[in-house]
Formats: sequence, structure tokens, C-alpha cells
Amino acid sequence: MIRKFFILIILLAFSIILTGIITEYVSPEALGTAASYYAEKGPGEMGATNLVTSVLITYRGLDTLGEVTVLFLVASILGFYLNVQKSNKNSTCSPLLHTASRLIFPFIFLTGIYIIINGHITPGGGFQGGAFIASAFLLVLLAGLGKDKSTGLFSILESLSGLVYVLVGLAGIIFAGGFLDTRILPLGESGKLLSAGAIPVISILIGIKVGAELSSMIVKLSYNGQGN
Amino acid sequence: MILFITLVLSLVIFTVALLAVSTKTLTTSVIAAGAVSLFASLLYVILRAPDVAMTEAAISSGLMTALFFIILSRIGRKNDD
Repeated sequence: MIRKFFILIILLAFSIILTGIITEYVSPEALGTAASYYAEKGPGEMGATNLVTSVLITYRGLDTLGEVTVLFLVASILGFYLNVQKSNKNSTCSPLLHTASRLIFPFIFLTGIYIIINGHITPGGGFQGGAFIASAFLLVLLAGLGKDKSTGLFSILESLSGLVYVLVGLAGIIFAGGFLDTRILPLGESGKLLSAGAIPVISILIGIKVGAELSSMIVKLSYNGQGN
Repeated sequence: MILFITLVLSLVIFTVALLAVSTKTLTTSVIAAGAVSLFASLLYVILRAPDVAMTEAAISSGLMTALFFIILSRIGRKNDD
């Protein structure tokens, strides 16, 4: 009784706070200082048609590097606690899933690669494409088609791509304006596949890293034997 | 029209979220939570944030749901309340 009373009070307090926020909210007429700078100068400076990607990878590149580092930490901790053991049980999935996932897997994988490569032109980018690739691997895993050796490849891939990402960022210090400046490569014609400096390169690296990390997390979580 | 779709989507999200909290079976709850993310990603597309919509659809709706099922099968609780 008293517990429900407290829950009611907390809900009431939340509703009061939220009503305050909703009624006080005024939609801003113009963009803020930083946002208007990105919107005006972004396409010309970085040469990317997709403004979100150019903000994420160039202007806020350090944040993206931090995100990727957090993901790497999570994957490392999971790998530390959950040693991958070979699952001896045979896959008990239905033949429907088994057949359909073999058919669908290449399409999901290709969509992920498309999203990664076209990150600077159309919506998407490394993170989204990497998540697509990881869900493709999840489908394969559910169907019992995965190989046990794949986690080693995943760790090598994610370490290498993270290293190259930092190296590209360091090259920005030497050849361009600063750390993670993507203007180390020619900007090219805006809207073309090979344009926007090093944004596609970093996008591909992030895609490989995120895809490998998420896939290895899923593999580690699902393959761990019951006896541990 | 856009306003109508947005309102219907919001109502659907609200209903499915209520279902996710109130249902007694864990599997229904997990699937309802995934459905909330799926409809939310549609809402993001209407709000002109396709990048966020992709992330939401792939991670929250796909990977998180699968992760919940993996964990549920590992701890061996399927139908407890």
C-alpha cells in the first residue's frame, strides 16, 4: 500500500516536471552558433553531401573516436569474462530459418556495405552499416551456419581498423588542420563516391570496427557453454 | 496526412510500450520492446532523421531483441512473470 503510494507520488512528480518542460518548450527559430556554422560551411569545407556524417566524422571526430573506444572496451570486457567455448550441441533451428538466412545474408551484408561506402553522400555511415553487418552475422549465427574460428578474425579486424583510424587522425595533424581533419585527401567533386577527403576512409574503418565488435559480442554471448 | 501518420504511430508506440510493461510473459515483453523501437524508427524517418532511424532499426530493434533472447535462453527463464 505504502509502496504504491510512493510510486504514485514519483509518477506525479515526473508528470509535473514533464508538463513544465513541454509547456515551456519553444521551438528555436534559428540554428545555434555551432549548428549554423556546420550547416553553412560544412558542405564547402568537407565536401560531404551528408552533413550528419561530416559533422560526426570531422567536426566531432573526437566524439566518434570516443564512442568507438567505449564499444571496444565493452567488447574487451565481454571477451575477458566470457571465454568462447565450442558449442557441442547441434543447431536445432528450423529448416525454414536455415534456408532463408542463407538466401538473405548476402543482401543484408551488401546493404551494410552500401550504407558504409555511401555514408558521405546518402544517410548512413560507418556505425549504421556496421550494425547492419552485425545483424547479418546474427542471422547466420541463429541459423547455426557460423564457424567457430570467426572470433579471432573479428578481433584482428577490429584492432587493425581502430589502429588505422587513429593513424588517419594523426595524419590530419601533419598534412591538414589538426587531429582527425579529413582534408588529407583531395575533396573532389561533391556528391561523387570518391570525394569528401578521408571521410569515406574513416567511414569504412568505423564500419569494419563496429561490425566486427558487435558480431564478436554476439558470438561470445551466445556460444558460451552452459558449464561456465 | 503526415500529422495523421505521426499521431497513429505515436498511439501505436504508446500501446505497444504499455503491452511491453504489462504483459506477464517475458518473450512477449521483449518482442513488444523491439516493436517499440521499430515504430520509433519509422517516426524518425518522418521527422527527417534517417541516420538515427537506421541506427534505431538495426541496433535497438534487431540486435537488442536478439541479445535479450540470448540472455533469456542462457538464464533459462522463459515464462516467469
